[in-house]
Amino acid sequence: MTPEATTAASVAGGGAPRVQAPVSHGAVFPTRAQYLGVVGDLRDDGFETCSDLCAVDYLTHAPGRPLPDGVGAERFEVVVNLLSLSRPRRVRVRVQVPAGDATLPSLFDLYPGVEAMEREAFDLFGIVFDGHPDLTRILLPEDWEGHPLRKDYGVGRVPVQFKGAPGPR
Amino acid sequence: MSDPESTEDTPTESADGRQTGSGPVTDTAPASVDLFLPREDRSEPAGLVAETSEGVQEMFRRGETGHAEIRREAGGVLRIPEGSGLDGPDIDIELSEDETMIINMGPQHPSTHGVLRLMMELDGETVLRTKPVIGYLHTGMEKTAEELTYVQGSTNVTRMDYLSPLHNELVLSLAVEELLGVELPDRAQWIRMLMTELNRMSSHLMWMATNGMDLGSTSMMIYGFREREMILAFFEKTTGLRMNHNYIRPGGVAADLPDGWEDDVAVICDTIRPRTDEYDELLTGQPLFRQRTESIGRISAEEALALSLTGPILRSTGVPWDLRRSMPYLKYAEVDFDVIVGTYGDNFDRYSIRLNEIRESVRIVRQILEKMPAGDYRVQDKKVTPPPRARIDESMEALIHHFKVFTEGFKVPEGEVYVAIESPRGELGCYLVSDGSSKPYRMHIRGPSFVNLQALPLMMRGGLLADAVAVCSSVDPVMGEVDR
Repeated sequence: MTPEATTAASVAGGGAPRVQAPVSHGAVFPTRAQYLGVVGDLRDDGFETCSDLCAVDYLTHAPGRPLPDGVGAERFEVVVNLLSLSRPRRVRVRVQVPAGDATLPSLFDLYPGVEAMEREAFDLFGIVFDGHPDLTRILLPEDWEGHPLRKDYGVGRVPVQFKGAPGPR
Repeated sequence: MSDPESTEDTPTESADGRQTGSGPVTDTAPASVDLFLPREDRSEPAGLVAETSEGVQEMFRRGETGHAEIRREAGGVLRIPEGSGLDGPDIDIELSEDETMIINMGPQHPSTHGVLRLMMELDGETVLRTKPVIGYLHTGMEKTAEELTYVQGSTNVTRMDYLSPLHNELVLSLAVEELLGVELPDRAQWIRMLMTELNRMSSHLMWMATNGMDLGSTSMMIYGFREREMILAFFEKTTGLRMNHNYIRPGGVAADLPDGWEDDVAVICDTIRPRTDEYDELLTGQPLFRQRTESIGRISAEEALALSLTGPILRSTGVPWDLRRSMPYLKYAEVDFDVIVGTYGDNFDRYSIRLNEIRESVRIVRQILEKMPAGDYRVQDKKVTPPPRARIDESMEALIHHFKVFTEGFKVPEGEVYVAIESPRGELGCYLVSDGSSKPYRMHIRGPSFVNLQALPLMMRGGLLADAVAVCSSVDPVMGEVDR
């Protein structure tokens, strides 16, 4: 059975499945409302562990990026990589998250292992995961302002002092 | 801290029917007391008054605090396998502050293997809750990667997991090559396998050394470093550097293996294999070592899978999951090796898995010695690979290609890909998004130690503080990769 067929079958229960198969593995594109249901179905379908969760900011690459029909491109995208150990296979779940309301339900109840990963996505992208038990900054200091991996975050520069440069006068 | 008011307050409190540890969690309890009312107008009696450096401060009794508050204050969100978080009965809110203590271990503690800080709640010497606090080594490498071309990218990622730099380079290169759609020559793949297996040995030897030191065996530390030095010397000969090699690059490797590499590698194998038996003698059979490791830091297979753990920790619970075997990359399907699994998921299992993985790596490296094919060590694609130095003098085109590759870099087709390999610590993944330019639009590294650290609260719970050091060591976190 192809990976696409499996994901389609498993998603068929909740909502209209939108399945696309990019380069190497299948990827599922649920809406935010379908997100928890789709991931829950996939877990029941044998994807025992969530190997990765990360966010992407498509601010400067928004128009024209390849998405299946019917999926409206939004600024943020959260990518969840699920792994099935029994039939070695991965599936990616890609959810569009709008910039105005950057929230998403937390997967903590399904996969407790996403705790640190969701905190990282919150820390670096400012995406709020509803239902996360301890959504605080994880890599940056608590009083840090802004979310550095966003594309519109200004990258600071430290002026470089060269050896032979004239002094500050 | 004694409280003169507490005796007369007690009846009021019990009549209030506050839940104490059983039943549903009530987070609204503290809100019933309005701090801004004058003391005599409050419906609830106030708690104690403490002299602080900022003057007199009123505090509620411990029982007034809701579960969510305590959780935040103690900083310990326990990851319980069912994903239920920290539920009511799990916190003994009647346990007064005098009986438990919250201490910080790190970030400068030598046994935390870097700048890891552990907040621990202790009851005497027993660890109740733990929270790993990370980020002290965060240097924004994922952001940096967006500013570097694909050619420069491996210089960046090699600094993440500094004990297995070649694995970092490998995972990035595999991701870029998957997007490019290039097929590598056989020799390049075998060289990559040779180097990463040697790196796995050196990383595990380093772990044997530090773990030995954490448990008080300083001889093991010296031996581990001694053996690792042999491998690093070979790396220096091949790549020019002992660490942070930038050797495995998109399109192949930076240079062919040096002359006489077969002898060097054979000597490494012939030395390290018998020395693993010496480690057996030194540690495995020692009653003291066994007492310090057996049934310490246990974790079950279900818990490990729920917490997304990978690598030796997952295998120690008896799950035979090794990406080299289950989802083979490079030429791992063509070599013969065993996946080592444990039974109990304790520190001892993780120790023996790593020790035996050194032996398996020696086995793989010996097969690579026999099977190494002749051929090119990088793909001959002018757009991806810089031309050899000699061609630059005689060909204008070669000069242009050289200039283009090192200034602008090569363009990678639009797309996204997730590639994962088995690093010494577990699943090392790279999620790469390309917008068609010569720099990654987004590069995310799934660091195995970052995820594996989540197991600490569960493994340490109920154990002794002295064992916390051993548990932390057996998870084998590399902070460069955790914080990235």
